[in-house]
Amino acid sequence: MADLNQMLKMLGELDDQLVNCMRCGMCQSVCPVFAETGREADVARGKIALLEFLGHEMISDTKGVKDRLDKCLLCGSCAAACPSGVKAVDIFLKARAIVTAFIGLSPVKKAIFRGMLSKPKLFNNLLAIGTKFQGLFTSPVNDIIGSSCSKLLSPVLGDRHLLSLADKPLRSAGNLNTAPGKSGLKVAFFYGCVVDKMFTTVGEAMLKVFKHHGVGVYMPIDQVCCGVPSLASGDMKSFEDLVRMNLKLFGKGDFDYIITPCGTCTSAFHHVWPLMCSDFSQEERAQIEMLASKAMDINAFIADKLGVSVVESAVGAKKVTIHDPCHLKKSLGVSGQVRTVLKANPNLDVVEMSGSDVCCGCGGSFNLQHYSVSTKIGKKKRDSIAATGADIVAAGCPACMMQIADMMSQAGDRIAVKHPVELYAQTLG
Amino acid sequence: MVSQSLKQAFATVVGSDNIMDAEADKHSYSYDAAVLDPVLPSLVVRPTTMEAMGKVVKLCNDNGLPITVRGAGSNLSGGTIPSKGGVVLLTNALDKIIEINEEDMYAVVQTGAITAKFANAVAAKGLFYPPDPGSQAVSTLGGNVAENAGGLRGLKYGVTKDYVMGVNFFDVDGNWCKSGSKTVKCVTGLNIPQLMVGSEGTLAVMSEFILKLVPPPQTSKAMMAIFPDIMTASRTVSAIIAAKVVPCTLEFMDNFTIGAVEGYAKVGLPLDAGSLLLIEVDGHPGQVADDAEKVEKICKDNGCIRIQVAKDAVERNKVWEARRAALSSLARLRPTTVLEDATVPRSKIPAMMEALDKIAKDYKLTIGTFGHAGDGNLHPTILCDRRDKEEFHRVEQGVDAIFAAALALDGTLSGEHGIGLAKSRYMELETNKASVMYSKRIKAAVDPKNILNPGKILGE
Repeated sequence: MADLNQMLKMLGELDDQLVNCMRCGMCQSVCPVFAETGREADVARGKIALLEFLGHEMISDTKGVKDRLDKCLLCGSCAAACPSGVKAVDIFLKARAIVTAFIGLSPVKKAIFRGMLSKPKLFNNLLAIGTKFQGLFTSPVNDIIGSSCSKLLSPVLGDRHLLSLADKPLRSAGNLNTAPGKSGLKVAFFYGCVVDKMFTTVGEAMLKVFKHHGVGVYMPIDQVCCGVPSLASGDMKSFEDLVRMNLKLFGKGDFDYIITPCGTCTSAFHHVWPLMCSDFSQEERAQIEMLASKAMDINAFIADKLGVSVVESAVGAKKVTIHDPCHLKKSLGVSGQVRTVLKANPNLDVVEMSGSDVCCGCGGSFNLQHYSVSTKIGKKKRDSIAATGADIVAAGCPACMMQIADMMSQAGDRIAVKHPVELYAQTLG
Repeated sequence: MVSQSLKQAFATVVGSDNIMDAEADKHSYSYDAAVLDPVLPSLVVRPTTMEAMGKVVKLCNDNGLPITVRGAGSNLSGGTIPSKGGVVLLTNALDKIIEINEEDMYAVVQTGAITAKFANAVAAKGLFYPPDPGSQAVSTLGGNVAENAGGLRGLKYGVTKDYVMGVNFFDVDGNWCKSGSKTVKCVTGLNIPQLMVGSEGTLAVMSEFILKLVPPPQTSKAMMAIFPDIMTASRTVSAIIAAKVVPCTLEFMDNFTIGAVEGYAKVGLPLDAGSLLLIEVDGHPGQVADDAEKVEKICKDNGCIRIQVAKDAVERNKVWEARRAALSSLARLRPTTVLEDATVPRSKIPAMMEALDKIAKDYKLTIGTFGHAGDGNLHPTILCDRRDKEEFHRVEQGVDAIFAAALALDGTLSGEHGIGLAKSRYMELETNKASVMYSKRIKAAVDPKNILNPGKILGE
């Protein structure tokens, strides 16, 4: 991507998309960041105006453009609400890649994306060490949520309430490659980084669901990150490396669906890879298109393919409320299926919160770079959850689960944070 | 340019977090929703208190810095483009609803309050604020008052000016001025509140408003009338009004727009229709039933192919979903959308539609037309690509011709979008030279340094 021709080509593509913005400003009404800052550069219209200028002459303040581009959750609320159909998230992903190619990746991000994420063995080993010693540096604060806080003053962690790394990653179960059972279906299981290393219970619940319904599972443990975190930071190199590593494992496509527990990972297969891998070989492009057509979120798979039924809530059922993750609802259109999955559990009573599809403020690296704004947005989500009086909040995205856990734990709430599949798996005995 | 010491003076007033002078920030305040060239301000200032707002105005005047007040920047005539540079004064931190008085039916609000949030807060108290500009989800009440914004309910309920009882503002020296009253009747002195309405930030910096509220209608009925062509629909509009029926909403959509909406939003519009009227009557249940029956008969008598009356809220929503999708559906057809605002007396709508058809042919333009037919307020929407200079030149010529046609039919330059930069050159055509000069004298008297949104409405 450092290639100048490729950069110019992407700039040209951007110009065609930018010109569709009517400047109506409707994105202001749905942008969670703008709601906190009131700054035009923080909303899609302002960023598009900046990029339009960038497209016509290399702006002298390219770093300024990059800073403002980075101040976005990539939640897609603006794109979903745009009257003229401007694909803001697509634009911003490409723009971040262009600007990063122009001014370079920061040393810290280079170390994270190229030194760790793209080197899975090293990444896994480092986190294994982290797992062993995490207890020395953190103190438990909320047993319902399972959160801890740092014992040491740390500029990176701040006053966050964190969830622990799992004792053993999901991959420790080893490679799986089982034949279809009674369902006649076989799926590839792409578990994603956070489920592998933190929410292993989510991965275990999925395996339980597949087993119960007689679904064959292909789960190679050499799988790596879907690449969205790298791409969100404009690092095309590590993104492309990660895509190619995954293509080697999943490119044959000898399965019916590739299932993930994460809206962002599903969205990566479904939308981001085809969008951002236009320079890949014809064979690789064909594999990417195949995976895009087979990618499915676990909630959609359970509701639409396994055909579960909604049941009456039992007496004494626990109240559960639902957070609709941005990539799951706004990018993939999966929201009704989450409700179906939860309503299949008689021990749950679904209560809707106001603004269930309002972003929780995590936004991946946004949370690291702009924690103050992220927290303000997250606190509103926490208030919406708490107002329902629910015992549990369900979210089909591990990153949202981390953010919501942090917000609820800091507020002292005793509300469990669960993935819908965990709650569905409880019904399977 | 703003000197470092002056920048520091602004920072002292509003706090350093509330001023922006980085190039990347200034670009984000160089435009609004009008298709016009952007202009960078020198500085963006965001006061968070009324006191600070007044001090910012004074600092600007003392230093001869132009002020462009900006709420959401959603206006369509260039009113918030800082065409002379200077300071963009953001009002979005001053967004409080200070009072909603149910007994006396008024509200007091700050200038940066979002229109839809205000209307919802009013509705929660069982009252009604009727102005509903299409941008209400983001637009501010300050912007609505400054541009005298309209909306779909204008026919029966009027526009923003009909709800402004009082305006508090800062004069150019930063003095806080109070005008109007919370009383229904108030004839004290010059009608300053109405002078402020539609002044587009050229006479003062408005800070707070007293707005009239009304009881909400008890019930309503919506219908969609399908016509074979534009002329039959246009004549029906006049016939409905002539029959002394005043719907709350009477909207129009031409065949091109119907096709665009159906192509994108797929709401079940009849593609064979030459044009549509979307009509809603509201009020007392007896009156609504009577009006709906009259409207149906008038439509049929005037050549309507068929009429679909909404049986329930779901069907009513479908009618309005179609209308709401008009602009977005058109906007998706070509990269650039030039939404115009020519307005004619209702009886002249057929003639205006003929003129628009001729303009589209003469200048080889794609024009979809929809709008508030009951007000004669049409929105001919030109679809183009502003990067194509030859095409855009034809668009500019077409826009000139649209306004010339509207004025020739005793119409007006703007039904609800204001004049701003986009239409200032036509002002003498609608009024006359002496009238424009009179307005300029008022402007010069209250703003001798010409720093309040210079160049807007009255040109140079």
